[in-house]
Amino acid sequence: MTFLHRHRGLTPYLLLAPGLLYLGVFFVVPLGFLAYQSLESGNFDVGYAFTWAWGNYWDAIRGYRGHFIRSLEYAGIATALALLFSYPLAYWIAFRGGRWKNLLLLFIVAPFFVTYLIRTLAWETILADHGLVVRVLRDVGILDPDGRLLATSVAVVAGITYNFLPFMALPLYVSLEQIDHRLIEAAQDLYASRWKAFLRVTLPLSLPGVVAGTLLTFIPAAGDFINAQLLGSPKQHMIGNVIQSKFLELTDYPAAASMSFVLMAAILVFVAAYSRAVGTEKLTG
Amino acid sequence: MTAVAASAPARTSGWTLAWTFVRHHVLTVYALLAFTYLMLPIGVVIAFSFNHPQGRFNFVWSGFTLDNWRHWDGVPGLRSAMVLSVEIALLASLVATALGTLIALALVRYGFRGRGATNLLIFLPLSTPEIVLGASLLTLFLNLNVVFGFSTILIAHIMFCISFAVVTVKARLVGFDRHLEEAAMDLGANEWATFRKVTLPLIAPAILAALLLCFAISIDDFVVTYFNAGPRTTFPLFVWGAARVGAPPQVNVIGSVIFIVAVTGMVANVLAQMRRERSATTA
Repeated sequence: MTFLHRHRGLTPYLLLAPGLLYLGVFFVVPLGFLAYQSLESGNFDVGYAFTWAWGNYWDAIRGYRGHFIRSLEYAGIATALALLFSYPLAYWIAFRGGRWKNLLLLFIVAPFFVTYLIRTLAWETILADHGLVVRVLRDVGILDPDGRLLATSVAVVAGITYNFLPFMALPLYVSLEQIDHRLIEAAQDLYASRWKAFLRVTLPLSLPGVVAGTLLTFIPAAGDFINAQLLGSPKQHMIGNVIQSKFLELTDYPAAASMSFVLMAAILVFVAAYSRAVGTEKLTG
Repeated sequence: MTAVAASAPARTSGWTLAWTFVRHHVLTVYALLAFTYLMLPIGVVIAFSFNHPQGRFNFVWSGFTLDNWRHWDGVPGLRSAMVLSVEIALLASLVATALGTLIALALVRYGFRGRGATNLLIFLPLSTPEIVLGASLLTLFLNLNVVFGFSTILIAHIMFCISFAVVTVKARLVGFDRHLEEAAMDLGANEWATFRKVTLPLIAPAILAALLLCFAISIDDFVVTYFNAGPRTTFPLFVWGAARVGAPPQVNVIGSVIFIVAVTGMVANVLAQMRRERSATTA
């Protein structure tokens, strides 16, 4: 303690050291290994050697462009759907929830309390060929008499949307809940219609929540492979499915590693473009 | 709500009042439908835990039974998978919360060089897709010839829990009144005594919240574990393996139990909070 008293400036570093060291060794260093592995060549039987094999990246993009595009497409659609679905709900809880707000919020998080894989399997049950949803859609004529939902992109996108919804709804709620109601009242006192007051006051003030929710939903969605595996067919497979099988089934580590980096790069490009479109100050603010 | 409607300014015409009325209820009806949608798969999970499936697949309702609940561990491997998941979740949440709390204390209470870099290092694991987290750890362990098993799963879970612990504790620490600590020091307590007698009790709820969050994330994790489990099987891995050949209804039993325990805990917490708030306002 006397040592600490004499060197007060050291205290924060001593507090940080164990945790940051852990993240350094088991988060940063592994990324370095992944980068190293992505530039290796060879095969599993004779072993891999580091050869600056940039061709792996070229092969990843050329060979699996469809999977990359599909991942971004599914993740983008699911994120937009989640936003459209969650905004009115978060708004309702924040503005009409009264003292039941926190209890209502539980409904939004509730899906997270069911194991991810189990709730995806539940969707498999709901969307199954002999299930109620498919039967109704067939009767109404939206689906062909032998049409199905499973093994289609509709099922995969629906699964992704549902599974990551709380990531969207929670930040939306937080930003809507913080809005000072007097600002909206002021706008209405100044003869803004309710709709206009919403567009000019509420919506802009809730943008930080929109941005946070979009990123929190899009990033995990783009890397997901569980929904495509359980609700889709190989035609709906995303880049996550390819990375997973290259790593764990085909043991083609360099290819899988380079694909992981291409995925990260694609996500970064999206995040950069998105934050530029919305305005960077809102990302940090 | 009624007070708001009654005090609506007189200048609003009948049309806007009608529009307000409709809008109120449209939104409420929408919210009810939305909640139904959110609850639908959960209802399916619970309902099918009582199903008596005819074949391997538990997809079609074919009769009510309590057998799955009575013999919840009647499927080989399920019990050991569950035990492993709980062990990992307990250890990972303890270690990650300890490390995360220290980082949060440093970030909120001290000015120091490297603060931006620290924040970035905390933020990055949260914004990296799980598959990349899992894959990079896998390459680390492969290249160092580490034997996959309990320790590799635990290492992975602590890693992705730390950031969640930091964020949770930090959120509560921001409103923390430092004068309380200064008062303790002025009264002659040394740093350690101040921390133990003043700081720790005040941040205890935040630490508990971080522990629970880490436990929940760890016990639910599939992707990172899938890459680093080697021969071991956690509960989510068991479900994954079972899904390929038809998941037994016992999986739904465990899923329902986890859900009910978590929701009961959360509801109790929220209700207690509401009661505290009400007694605070009436007092």
